[in-house]
Amino acid sequence: MMTNPTGRLTQGQFSFLPDLTDAEIALQIEYGLKKGYAWAVEYTDDPHPRNTYWEMFGMPMFDLNDAAGVMLELKSCRSTFPQHYIRLVAFDSTRGVETIAMSFIVNRPPVEPGFGLVRQETNGRTMRYTIRGYEAERAEGERYRK
Amino acid sequence: MYNIPGSVTTPASGASPDKAGEGAEQADGVRTARTVAEVMAQSQAGDVLDELDRELVGLAPVKARIRDIAALLVIDRLRMNQGLQAQTPSLHMSFTGNPGTGKTTVALRMAQILHRLGYIRKGHLVAVTRDDLVGQYVGHTAPKTREVLKKAMGGVLFIDEAYYLYRPDNERDYGQEAIEILLQVMENSRDDLVVILAGYGDRMETFFQSNPGMRSRIAHHLEFPDFVEGELLRIAEMMLEQQNYRFGPGARETFQEYIAHRIRQPQFANARSVRNALDRARLRQASRLFANPDKELTVDDLSTIESPDIRASRVFDLGAAATPNN
Ligand SMILES: Nc1ncnc2c1ncn2[C@@H]1O[C@H](COP(=O)(O)OP(=O)(O)OP(=O)(O)O)[C@@H](O)[C@H]1O
Ligand SMILES: [Mg+2]
Repeated sequence: MMTNPTGRLTQGQFSFLPDLTDAEIALQIEYGLKKGYAWAVEYTDDPHPRNTYWEMFGMPMFDLNDAAGVMLELKSCRSTFPQHYIRLVAFDSTRGVETIAMSFIVNRPPVEPGFGLVRQETNGRTMRYTIRGYEAERAEGERYRK
Repeated sequence: MYNIPGSVTTPASGASPDKAGEGAEQADGVRTARTVAEVMAQSQAGDVLDELDRELVGLAPVKARIRDIAALLVIDRLRMNQGLQAQTPSLHMSFTGNPGTGKTTVALRMAQILHRLGYIRKGHLVAVTRDDLVGQYVGHTAPKTREVLKKAMGGVLFIDEAYYLYRPDNERDYGQEAIEILLQVMENSRDDLVVILAGYGDRMETFFQSNPGMRSRIAHHLEFPDFVEGELLRIAEMMLEQQNYRFGPGARETFQEYIAHRIRQPQFANARSVRNALDRARLRQASRLFANPDKELTVDDLSTIESPDIRASRVFDLGAAATPNN
């Protein structure tokens, strides 16, 4: 259990908390909008920690006034990719910042087997370690299905 | 649900009915409203309604309808405060009327009023036409329409000349796709946005006839009547006042005459024609003053539209030509 203590993927904000409800997600979005961030929806079925760039679902949303707009997009992403990881990211375009300011998971597959530790024996007694997602064995689009 | 400072909890979810029954104070110390006056005072919706009355000339049926809608929302608020069921009413609207009768102007005010009464969360207005919703090729329309809808969430989406969305002569027209997405969002996201369709009466009627789904989703059909001559004159005076101008001696009568001619001529656009006429009169006033470079100009000189400034309009020639015996 060393690699997956909570049985859940822990990336981004709030990931050690119980899943946020839609109302709570909307409050976070609202906070970001007040700060002037542009929200975007991203999804993946390869949540390896080094997989920084997830797939974008539609365009980043600039000029929004209300969380309902982002929620609309999130819901349509959920219905398209119910088994995928989905996250919301907020981009802060302030000059000199120009980076992601918030990011949190808003959809998870029903079962999250996590990552296995792979040991590779090399020269002498040297060991190389890496992690590999159990679901990553399967083809893209086939993962996290029962 | 945790409370983020500054977030609003709706009374429906926040206060339980029995607690509300004791005239409980809300967290921020404001008494829960029990009377119409209290709701109006707390929301400051009355100010917007009064402003609407003062700043918009005529439009009696439209104003009455807006007051009705405001009344419904206020009573709903009171019901909610008492723990009664208050179903969110559908407030999608259609504004029909000739050019320049104030549809866009009223839509803007509407967004403010609905915001003050707590029906929409943000109170902004997103005004679009067909080009903003309908794409150029397969697969272009849906994202475009959704983009606009997302921006309008929390406010009012104003679709001007909505009938252009529907092109009966071309059954593969992408407009139909936009209409379908609109219908879906109008039904499912009633709490999130108000859609106002606007356009000329007869063409809106044909539009609704071929899109019954659209008609049934719109609860309020507001008709904007044409202005009568007296109203147009009052509008002119108000517009001048706002710009720090006024009519000189006799100019008011000349403008009255102008209106009487203009109203009978083609392409008359009600209040907009008045605005355009005044803009041209200002132009002539400026040239008149300009022609006298050495004269010292007083405040009076600079702010007075004289009768000849209006009289020089082509409308008078056309008017005379149209009625030779006059
Ligand atoms: N009742 C009114 N009182 C004063 N000014 C008015 C009134 N109605 C309209 N106006 C003025 O007339 C101009 C045109 O109004 P508006 O743009 O709202 O017309 P519209 O009905 O949207 O026209 P169109 O159908 O051509 O878009 C605006 O400058 C507005 O300020
Ligand atoms: Mg208009």
